[in-house]
Amino acid sequence: MEKFEVFTGVGAPLRRSNVDTDQIIPAVYLKRITKTGFEDALFAAWRNDPEFVLNHDAYKSAQVLVAGPDFGTGSSREHAVWALRDFGFKCVLSSKFADIFRGNSGKQGLIAGQITEQDTEDLWQALEANPGASITINLVEQTATIGDLSVHFDIDEYTKWRLLEGLDDIGLTLRDEQAITDFEAKRPSWMPKTLPAKH
Amino acid sequence: MTNKPLTLAEKVWNDHLVAKGEDGSPDLLYIDLHLVHEVTSPQAFDGLRLAGRPVRRLDLTIATEDHNTPTWDIDKPIADITSRTQINALRENAKEFGVRIHSLGDAEQGIVHVVGPQLGLTMPGITVVCGDSHTSTHGAFGALAMGIGTSEVEHVLATQTLPLKPFKTMAINVDGTLRPGVTAKDIILAVIAKIGTGGGQGYVLEYRGSAIRALSMEARMTICNMSIEAGARAGMVAPDQTTFDYLEGRPHAPQGADWDDAVSYWKTLPTDEGAKFDAEVFLDADTLDPFVTWGTNPAQGVSLNDTVPSPDDFSDPNEKAAASRALEYMGLTAGTRMKDIPVNTVFLGSCTNSRIEDLRAAAAVIEGKQKADGVRFMVVPGSAKVRLQAEAEGLDKIFKDFGAEWRFAGCSMCLGMNPDQLAEGERSASTSNRNFEGRQGKGSRTHLVSPLVAAATAIRGTLSSPADLLEPVSQEAN
Ligand code: SF4
Repeated sequence: MEKFEVFTGVGAPLRRSNVDTDQIIPAVYLKRITKTGFEDALFAAWRNDPEFVLNHDAYKSAQVLVAGPDFGTGSSREHAVWALRDFGFKCVLSSKFADIFRGNSGKQGLIAGQITEQDTEDLWQALEANPGASITINLVEQTATIGDLSVHFDIDEYTKWRLLEGLDDIGLTLRDEQAITDFEAKRPSWMPKTLPAKH
Repeated sequence: MTNKPLTLAEKVWNDHLVAKGEDGSPDLLYIDLHLVHEVTSPQAFDGLRLAGRPVRRLDLTIATEDHNTPTWDIDKPIADITSRTQINALRENAKEFGVRIHSLGDAEQGIVHVVGPQLGLTMPGITVVCGDSHTSTHGAFGALAMGIGTSEVEHVLATQTLPLKPFKTMAINVDGTLRPGVTAKDIILAVIAKIGTGGGQGYVLEYRGSAIRALSMEARMTICNMSIEAGARAGMVAPDQTTFDYLEGRPHAPQGADWDDAVSYWKTLPTDEGAKFDAEVFLDADTLDPFVTWGTNPAQGVSLNDTVPSPDDFSDPNEKAAASRALEYMGLTAGTRMKDIPVNTVFLGSCTNSRIEDLRAAAAVIEGKQKADGVRFMVVPGSAKVRLQAEAEGLDKIFKDFGAEWRFAGCSMCLGMNPDQLAEGERSASTSNRNFEGRQGKGSRTHLVSPLVAAATAIRGTLSSPADLLEPVSQEAN
């Protein structure tokens, strides 16, 4: 997982609340066998609408999504985070996230930053006044900045630490790599081995 | 180390601690055996690829194809696109990462929970995981065996460990002697009916008592398999001479000095005298009847000698509502004798009851008998090896003469991911483990039964035990 500190990318205003995981990625896409390549599935139902924000040229390479409250509710599918990540998003800002979505985001390296409703409105206005404008996300300071406008976002300390260190679940465990290797050295020789294959 | 008496599950847990969790964070446990199949692994391998990680221990990992494999025409390409894609993905991943795989057509291919024990890979005192809830099956050997999700599959592939929170322990004491015609399947269905589908939540169950000690390994696997249907994380049986005898000489069982070391360690595993369980349940084996389900969850079961219950029999409002919904879905009327319920299909198979002993038991009941008209009888061995062994013993001939379909190994009608499904409204007597709505096909109606009941049902056409074969079918049933 990539380490985060500060990055700057195009911000996309998504003026909708209650964006559930079915809207983020419909169930038909869950049959796939990969963990990547879900960019076409992101907001699939809305992508047919030429007026949908991500269909505007200015937002083709958006990296920060500013959405209304209750983002990521519904099923626990991790695919919702994969789809956002595959499209190119590194950060979603909203005044309220579903818990499971927020948990999944932290594990997959997507920042889910919580901001106030007023700040959401201010960011929307700033982005709409200047389509394609960039937002700077500073994870250390927990700020999102567009020009003169700078807002604070909340993120729990543990997730922030993981993101700053670039640690996914496996990365976290591998910090105990030495303990694993030591344990392996003590395993008795009668323990099962699948290789070499015997029939 | 303390001298506190410990349970079997606690001993296995302690012996696999890589790192103790602090401040409420989970313990890190070492995993001795990782079984992989096509449904829950593709995204795990993709995750490894994405992060540029290898499989840490190829020698503790083994893959087989089971959920999607056809049980007929196995030499032809798989018609269903999703099934084919998943199987191809497993084959390609196994090749790319170097994982041992047993593909369709291979002598070791089969249901993942049949293959592990048959190769002698499943042993007492080890930890086993697989991206499948019925991994609990392997607990029959005194292993701590758990089902895991896809992100955990990736975690084990990469690290050979799993962060886990400690569990509680529950003793299921089954004492006495089973009457003829009553089997392990009836014990576990009775246990689940007693404690409910959520009764085991948060627990590892340990099956104990004289009735459990008297069971074969196959029968113990049937019981541990369905621990999950009681909501438990895992189920275990302490290893004993039956376990050692089953293992000795299997391809991957320890040999020579290793065997002696292993056996002396295994003998230390049974729960210590005076060890405390967090909960205890008691069941009397002497009075147990063959058990069958009437509803749409595995706890909705009764003695085969009973009648279909009425929603009014339940005082709990949730159970009452569940019962009336189940009766409607199952198309059953309260008060009907269970033995008068006619079925369309009998399915002998699944990781619960598809081992050689299950096939032998069913074959002994049907030998020389006539199959009921219009009843379809599908026999699906748990692995290609079981199929071959059954053929060597002539069981296939008994099944075919009887009019059963003798099929190739796989999960088959247990979950209907392949073409083996019931049509809408069709009713089965099934030796599998789940009777959920639509489990065996859209609108399918499933009665969970033992292999003996399955065989007798195929003869009489209504839910029956071998003891009922002397009794003519009631007129009402037809
Ligand atoms: S036989 Fe049924 S329960 Fe067993 S692994 Fe296959 S699908 Fe799951």
